[in-house]
Amino acid sequence: MTKLQTAISTANARRERELITPEGLALPLRIASRGSRALALLLDLFFLFVGFVVFFTMLGFIGLNINLIGGNTQSPALELVGIVFILALFFSRYGYFLWFELGARGATPGKRLLGMRVAARGGQRLTTEMVIARNLMRDVEVFIPAFFLMGNGFDAGLSGAAAFVWLAVFVLFPFCNRDALRAGDLVAGTFVVEAPRAKLQDAMSLAPDHSQTYRFGEAELSVYGEHELQVLESVLRNGDEAAMHEVAQAICRKIGWDMGRGDEREFLTSFYAALRAHLESGMRFGKRKKDKFS
Amino acid sequence: MALDYLRKIPWFRQAEIVAPDDIEAASLRSDRFRLEREVDWQRLERIVTALEKGRPKRITDDDLLDLPVLYRKAASSLAVARETSLDAAAIAYLDALVRRAWFQIYGPRETLTGWLRGFLGGGWSRAVRAIWLDICIALFFMVAGTVVGWLLVSREPDWFYALVPGAMSGGREPGADPEVLRQSLEPTANADGLSIFATYLFSNNTGVAILAFALGFAFGIPTLLLLISNMTLLGALLFVFAEAGLGYEFVAWLSVHGTTELGAILLAGAAGIHVGRSMAFPGQRSVLAAAQGAGVRAAQVMAGATIMLVVAGLLEGFVRQLVGEPSARLAIGGAMLAFWCLYFAGMRRRQDRAV
Repeated sequence: MTKLQTAISTANARRERELITPEGLALPLRIASRGSRALALLLDLFFLFVGFVVFFTMLGFIGLNINLIGGNTQSPALELVGIVFILALFFSRYGYFLWFELGARGATPGKRLLGMRVAARGGQRLTTEMVIARNLMRDVEVFIPAFFLMGNGFDAGLSGAAAFVWLAVFVLFPFCNRDALRAGDLVAGTFVVEAPRAKLQDAMSLAPDHSQTYRFGEAELSVYGEHELQVLESVLRNGDEAAMHEVAQAICRKIGWDMGRGDEREFLTSFYAALRAHLESGMRFGKRKKDKFS
Repeated sequence: MALDYLRKIPWFRQAEIVAPDDIEAASLRSDRFRLEREVDWQRLERIVTALEKGRPKRITDDDLLDLPVLYRKAASSLAVARETSLDAAAIAYLDALVRRAWFQIYGPRETLTGWLRGFLGGGWSRAVRAIWLDICIALFFMVAGTVVGWLLVSREPDWFYALVPGAMSGGREPGADPEVLRQSLEPTANADGLSIFATYLFSNNTGVAILAFALGFAFGIPTLLLLISNMTLLGALLFVFAEAGLGYEFVAWLSVHGTTELGAILLAGAAGIHVGRSMAFPGQRSVLAAAQGAGVRAAQVMAGATIMLVVAGLLEGFVRQLVGEPSARLAIGGAMLAFWCLYFAGMRRRQDRAV
């Protein structure tokens, strides 16, 4: 359990980047994981697929058969449908990603759903040219390997194998660099970062003040650090009774108190407020306590 | 204003942001700090959300005027909160908010139409002029490919079948009846079905051009191979027609759209070579920086090549099938070539001189 947690946290730490805004503020950015990017791509392809299914169903409703489109068309209406069809194929392959990534969110619907966006490396402005470049490269990275696999490219013998190796280079490219760049990102100077949205939660110390009921001394408050404070904060925000009881028991054991049942929330809220006040006053003097071991 | 009127109807009214009235009730100093400022943060969030949704018209004038101030306030709140507050939820919120605002404020400044105007009015031709060396390289290999195709088929006609896929030749093969060859160059009687043909050609050729660009990533070598293999095909066909005494007619037939289409493929290939060359020989810069600079320049050239292919598809689908006279065809093709050359050489952006 702990081994897994450390593995996850080091993997996360490796994805942290810093962006210095013109105001001189360091904004933390986290590189999107390769798995979520692959998932976002699959989602986008799925949306395109659904779009085409809807398109054909609508054609079916107005009484047109797909087979007619490819054949020798004579009526102008069918010709128009054929043109629309070819253009739709073309734009879904090249235009879909381009259009959405040029928008204000800098993300295709798939990326947006998974909380990611495209950004320029090194804190520059994301430009139209960058988005075009990264999406033109998408063709060799996504569509050509996909068509190759669908067309049974392996049967073609030596040249098929060579083509497979060649395309595998593009597909495996994101695994060979720290920023999980695909070839298109490299050429365009972009990367994909996590762009989560957060809601402003309520302030913690607005709850009724119990500092008279529970008084914590210096010795009790210096047991824990910032990490424990944040765990306690999330427990309080979740509001799970069983978890609160367990945490309250653990704290009491640690600081040598003995408390009855039924009053956990009040106890934890005031312990949280006291601990935070203690740690924050330390911060003001430049002393930080990372966790209980430090 | 109509919008002001709409706001009177409850449905359209934006939720008011109310200041917390019990700031003094908060026992922690860092919480009071946060409560005093959270109205501004929420105002900023509302503006950023409207920008992200692409509805800047929803932002009131007051909000818009205050946007820079609100952004700097939030950024400085974040800096202070990181050093004085241990409220993880508020810091996470500010982090996300400032990041979102940063992406909006320092995001793309221009709209797509604005970009297109700048692009057609000088950005494209400047990018093309910037990669002149790569255009020369690509041109050299295209000519070489044509010559190779010609020489191979003239020595050994069997090469033709290796170079030209069976479906494409359609009876146009070495030693074919000149009458059959002449027939294949004739315009068709009417324009039925031509628009669908033109659309198909466009999407197909653009795919080839994008491939030529994208393959440039591997130091440009696959791009060269692609250019050569496409041009040997042309050389082989050229030989077949010249052998039958139809060289002039074939060139005229090809030139209608060919000057535009081969120009687009030339540009796409050159863009690919440009990226590959910059990565192979980055000079003083790092490979990443060199690839990025080249990639952005090449992307402009590519966007333009797509426009050229639209024009080529129209010329190929309509004009070539409707105009039959070789001299007229040559005149159209030559005019297109002259137009593109003049455009790339002469189109300068006005700001170029100003900056």
